Amino acid sequence: MRSFLKNIGTSVLAATLAAGGLLAATGASAQQRPIRIGAFTATTGGASFLGDPQEKTLRLYVDKINKAGGVLGRKLELFIYDSAGDARQAVTYTRRLIEDNEVDIIIGGSATGESMAVIPIVEEAQIPFISLSGGNVVVEPVRKWVFKTPGSDRMAVSKIYTDMKARGFSKAAVISGDGGFDKSCQKEAVTVAKTMGIAIVADEVYAQADTDMTPQFTRIAGAKPDAIVGCGFGLGGVITVRNHRQITPQIPLYFTHGVGSQQFVEGARGAAENVRITVSPLLVAEQLDDSDPQKKTLLEYTKEYQEKFGEKPAAFGGFSYDALHIALAAMQRAGGTDKAKVRDEIERTKNFIGIDGIFNMSPTDHMGLDFNTAFRLTEIKNNGWHLVK
Amino acid sequence: MVDFLQFLLSGITRGSIYGLVGVGFALIFRSSHAINFAQGEFVMIGGMATVFFLTLGLPLVLAAAGAVVAAALIGALLQRLAIAQAKNASVLTIIIITIGAGMMLRGAAEIVMGRNFHSYPAFSGELPVDLLGAKMQSQSLWVVAALVLVTIGIHFFFARTRLGKAVEATFSNRFAATVIGINVPRILIVCFMLSAAIGALGGVVMTPITLTHFELGVPLALKGFCAAIVGGLTSPFGAIIGGLILGLSEAFAGGYISPTYQEAVAFVIIIAMLIFRPQGLFGRRAVERV
Repeated sequence: MRSFLKNIGTSVLAATLAAGGLLAATGASAQQRPIRIGAFTATTGGASFLGDPQEKTLRLYVDKINKAGGVLGRKLELFIYDSAGDARQAVTYTRRLIEDNEVDIIIGGSATGESMAVIPIVEEAQIPFISLSGGNVVVEPVRKWVFKTPGSDRMAVSKIYTDMKARGFSKAAVISGDGGFDKSCQKEAVTVAKTMGIAIVADEVYAQADTDMTPQFTRIAGAKPDAIVGCGFGLGGVITVRNHRQITPQIPLYFTHGVGSQQFVEGARGAAENVRITVSPLLVAEQLDDSDPQKKTLLEYTKEYQEKFGEKPAAFGGFSYDALHIALAAMQRAGGTDKAKVRDEIERTKNFIGIDGIFNMSPTDHMGLDFNTAFRLTEIKNNGWHLVK
Repeated sequence: MVDFLQFLLSGITRGSIYGLVGVGFALIFRSSHAINFAQGEFVMIGGMATVFFLTLGLPLVLAAAGAVVAAALIGALLQRLAIAQAKNASVLTIIIITIGAGMMLRGAAEIVMGRNFHSYPAFSGELPVDLLGAKMQSQSLWVVAALVLVTIGIHFFFARTRLGKAVEATFSNRFAATVIGINVPRILIVCFMLSAAIGALGGVVMTPITLTHFELGVPLALKGFCAAIVGGLTSPFGAIIGGLILGLSEAFAGGYISPTYQEAVAFVIIIAMLIFRPQGLFGRRAVERV
């Protein structure tokens, strides 16, 4: 009954608008309802280092685009909720976005868990959803309405193995914590090694809260790898490089993007020197060649974010920059907010130059990144990040 | 052989840290028959307060001393404002109060120092020390030295000082101690200050190795508690030996069996102790004369 009334309401409104359009043929588009962007991010809680820059980025660009006149002559309206990284809250807010706010598209899910939890809802409601989480599982298998913008562990690991092979290395050791982020990376590191002709000679795990990994590195030294791949983040990452420096300084160490922050380098107190790390291009924007198609976008985003919030954007903020701009470009191509048409156009995204890489989506690839642009290999020198060319 | 030595060094470093945490449990149990589950937070405060004082520009020695004193004061306040107020509450109630105090201290540390981890340079440089092919961080020597210092200090305290004897008397019979003129409330405060200071000293020396953050105390308290159980909760020396046993077991289990099982070692040891020697290695049997 309620939805019936609502439908009548909408029809009346539409009729009024149409009549208005006939009377004053000029401003038909200006009177259209704003484009409603729905979002949920882990702005507080344990994953706030992801969600906080993501929310800030969405607010920044929705404002900016509105000041420039909006999209298709319509203003943008942002509905954003803080899921605190909790899957149950993410589900509640996604329902609210769809049923109460009647949004045209949903962007969100800082953590893989909350993204997975809302997938059944967006699939049933048939509304395009662009996830901000790293896990491959979000887009594998491909689901009709689900897309994502962050690069995956698999690409980071592939990038590392490519560099190892270029240096003539064939034996790798993996060291990782027992948390979700580490496990996902560790699994990819072992799987991808098989396809790229790298032998895994040691696969050591440490407990997340442990502060001494010297037994693990002693075991790794015994296995004599050509290089070590570290999967980890935060404190575990720092202890890993410090113990590596203590026990196996002669073996080259690689790390994935989990440690892509200046805090990591400072915490390591010199032990991160010469460690090679795959990071988002955002971290090394200034060092990119001028011919790099992403350079301009990256520098602009950094400048605009810094002007507004007084700090450099973290790489995770770029995920929501890309999601918002891909969505808006698709609406522009679709000529409106018809959900099915917008979905088709997101899938047809080609050569979109984003923060996290250059996107080429297809019916079989709902992320659309390749590891050449999504991750850049850097080496720590004098406590700074240097692009390995 | 080098591997064995490496695991041994790892075990001694770990064990010394656990021992420094465990001593605090034993000291407080010895005076009040309660377990102080905020003990890990004192260790956290030791490192965090040093970081805080260093950022104010104090030299390391003063920052470290300041951190230990600050922790001792917080220990005294905790006893005075929370535990003493509970008066004749059961031991269980007191334990619950300490759990709450621990949460509060973690929250306060999070507000003051943020969610990030912190550290400061090792006291004698960052270069590892080579020992017959095995390598240890030079800071490990400081951790071991702190443990030795605490061991000697505690021995002196209980054997030679009137205060130490008074603590002994309070533990044996609080009522009788009061009757013979011992100021029992003061003894309890002293024990809280002492165990807070020892915990903080542990935090000061371990932070260059382990780094520190507002939640550092939680897993450490578990290990320290295990060390104290192994040693027999009543004996500070027992806790030190218990810590070393636990640290060495973890390092060797991690090295020779699999690091995956390392975390289980503490619990296996607790269960084994409770079954075969519930009073701990050096604990006194709880015998009630009828």
